Amino acid sequence: MDLNALTECLVSTSCMVTQVTSGFIIGMLLFLVAIGLTLIFGVMKIVNFTHGAFYMIGAYLAMTVFQATGSYTLALLGAAIGACLFGVVVERFFMQRIYGGNVLMQLLVCYALVLILDDLVRIVWGPEFKSMGMPDAFRVPPLFILGGIVPPFYLFLIAAALAIAVVVGLAIARTRFGKTIRAAAHNPAMVSVLGINTGLLFTGVFALGCLLAGLAGGLAAPVRSLTPGMGFSILIESFIVTVIGGMGSILGALVGAVLIGLIRTFGALGFPLFTEALMYLAMAVVLIVKPSGLFGREAA
Amino acid sequence: MTKTSWTSMNRRGFLAAGAAAAGTVSMPWVASAQAKTIKVGFPTILSGRVAQLGTSSRNAAQMEVEKVNAAGGIGGRAIELVVRDTKGQPQEAARVARELVNSDGCELLIDAEASTGAFAVHEVARDLGILCIHTNSETSSLSADPKLKLPNAFRCARQGIHDSVVGGTYAAEIANAKNLTRWATCSPDYAYGRDTTAEFVMYLKQFAPKVEVISEAWPKIFQPDYTEAITKILQAKPQALYSCLWGGDLTSFIDQAAIYALFTQMQFYAVNMADYTALTAVKNLPAGIHSGNRYIKTFPATPENAAWGDAYKAKYGEFPTNWAWQNALGVNFLAEAAKKANSADGKKIAEALRGLTIKSPFGADGTVTMRAEDQTIVGYAVGWGTTIPKEPYVPEMKSVPWQRIFELEAAWKKSKGFA
Repeated sequence: MDLNALTECLVSTSCMVTQVTSGFIIGMLLFLVAIGLTLIFGVMKIVNFTHGAFYMIGAYLAMTVFQATGSYTLALLGAAIGACLFGVVVERFFMQRIYGGNVLMQLLVCYALVLILDDLVRIVWGPEFKSMGMPDAFRVPPLFILGGIVPPFYLFLIAAALAIAVVVGLAIARTRFGKTIRAAAHNPAMVSVLGINTGLLFTGVFALGCLLAGLAGGLAAPVRSLTPGMGFSILIESFIVTVIGGMGSILGALVGAVLIGLIRTFGALGFPLFTEALMYLAMAVVLIVKPSGLFGREAA
Repeated sequence: MTKTSWTSMNRRGFLAAGAAAAGTVSMPWVASAQAKTIKVGFPTILSGRVAQLGTSSRNAAQMEVEKVNAAGGIGGRAIELVVRDTKGQPQEAARVARELVNSDGCELLIDAEASTGAFAVHEVARDLGILCIHTNSETSSLSADPKLKLPNAFRCARQGIHDSVVGGTYAAEIANAKNLTRWATCSPDYAYGRDTTAEFVMYLKQFAPKVEVISEAWPKIFQPDYTEAITKILQAKPQALYSCLWGGDLTSFIDQAAIYALFTQMQFYAVNMADYTALTAVKNLPAGIHSGNRYIKTFPATPENAAWGDAYKAKYGEFPTNWAWQNALGVNFLAEAAKKANSADGKKIAEALRGLTIKSPFGADGTVTMRAEDQTIVGYAVGWGTTIPKEPYVPEMKSVPWQRIFELEAAWKKSKGFA
């Protein structure tokens, strides 16, 4: 424990800027993965363990497109669209068969898919770790904001994730598609009775989740080493985010992700040997105080 | 017909057949003793984030086995490597090692596991009494701690303590010259990371007494994001940073630290940088990273070493790793010891291995010795140098004479109660 380092940082503007932006950086990638998890659970009531694999596929696709074209914009599009299309295939062929099924069966199918997708990546891209490299546009010195160090790429990452949060939030709240999703989350049988093709709706939600996970992978690719199985570690933290924020809540995912990010950055200063445990502690506290999560709805 | 023959077997015949079957199952070496090939069990990591190192271990060992077999094998018998994936898990490594001996009929083991698994395989070797050569564990205590000593277990891999002596000496020289007194460390939070960092810092402080470690970061192994560790280091404003992160963890750290311009603000000492896997994976390798040698075909700068690196690349399409040379050397030692013992028997090979010196492209002076007292290799090329972002990656390596390494190692052993 190093409380001196923590208090020194809390009274230093430059340190606060650096640590808070770092918290947002960690949180935003988690948010993009968690948002898909929470949407899929909210509508289909399935804990989608394969979600991290789409993040991994997005990262690999981004690297491939970037290496082929040199364009990071195309790389991000390729990551998002590729993961989305792949998600549609997985949903139609596998996931649809386990909706409403036994939880153990859902877990087994998801786990099998994780292993298969990891192996698929290993076959296509090889078992060794890979690095995409930073796009030229972001290969610039870091900015100094109020004395704190902020890399331009991370500013872009935070802005992109916040923009996505706003767009998805508005789409769910204001559009017909969003209303249908909310209705299906509340009562899928009634939505089906009203003549809405719930199968197609489920595919749409799953594809949206995969698109966001793929995009997260594309955004992470310049700064993280790419390996088969890389989706698993982010999946665990994303689950913590959704549990803290509340399963099914987009705002909850955003708040939970930023909270985890800040716990990690400030925890690393004050409790360097206890940072990981702090995340689980936060989750445990939320589960005790509000079992449905900070923004989750209480079960009727 | 079957029924007739079964019922016609008398009680004595049945017991004899049963005893023969039981003997074959429980004593596989009896059955395999007659085999023309000699099976060598090879547990290693072929899946997960370290798979590339395990694959390079297998490739290098196989390349040397082919040479040995072409020259007549060991004790007149061709070597057959039986490779199994341990997934990097100690319990799996122990299970696989046991199965290789008991079910697959392996008569020797080359344990190409990382440290965590190597200690588990070591206990299997203790239990079964089979000759075992550890080829990838760098944790010094495996061979330094007398409590772990087995007559049938050897280590054919570099050691953390040797690297730390050279690294500490190299870093202290620069620290003294440039007055680098404020240091930080960032290493993976498990036995290898903790031990190696402590040993490096110990020698650094011994040779540069003004050095002070002002910040430590201990990210988890295989952690995807190092942002909090990076910003913590930046806040401390050290003049130099030491890390024993490795593989994908190291490349991730470099990619993430580079956009904070960390490498322009402090010197970086990364013991595991100078391995082709890491050097080629980082797209924008910052110049001037200080690193220990892992495997570089230009160190030692001999035609034999360059030829070995090129031969490996020609055969497998990529440069070898640190694990690759250690496994190649393991096979070389096995073959030379068998030749000296004129036998493929594990006990006789073990006897011949103790104190054996062989010619090797990986030796500091062209030879490597299996030191008799603790059954571990010495005399291999160990150095530190500064990296550049293109071949030869580390133009100049600095080393420490092995005699000096022995003196410091002996003092370390004494301080740990190992000697």
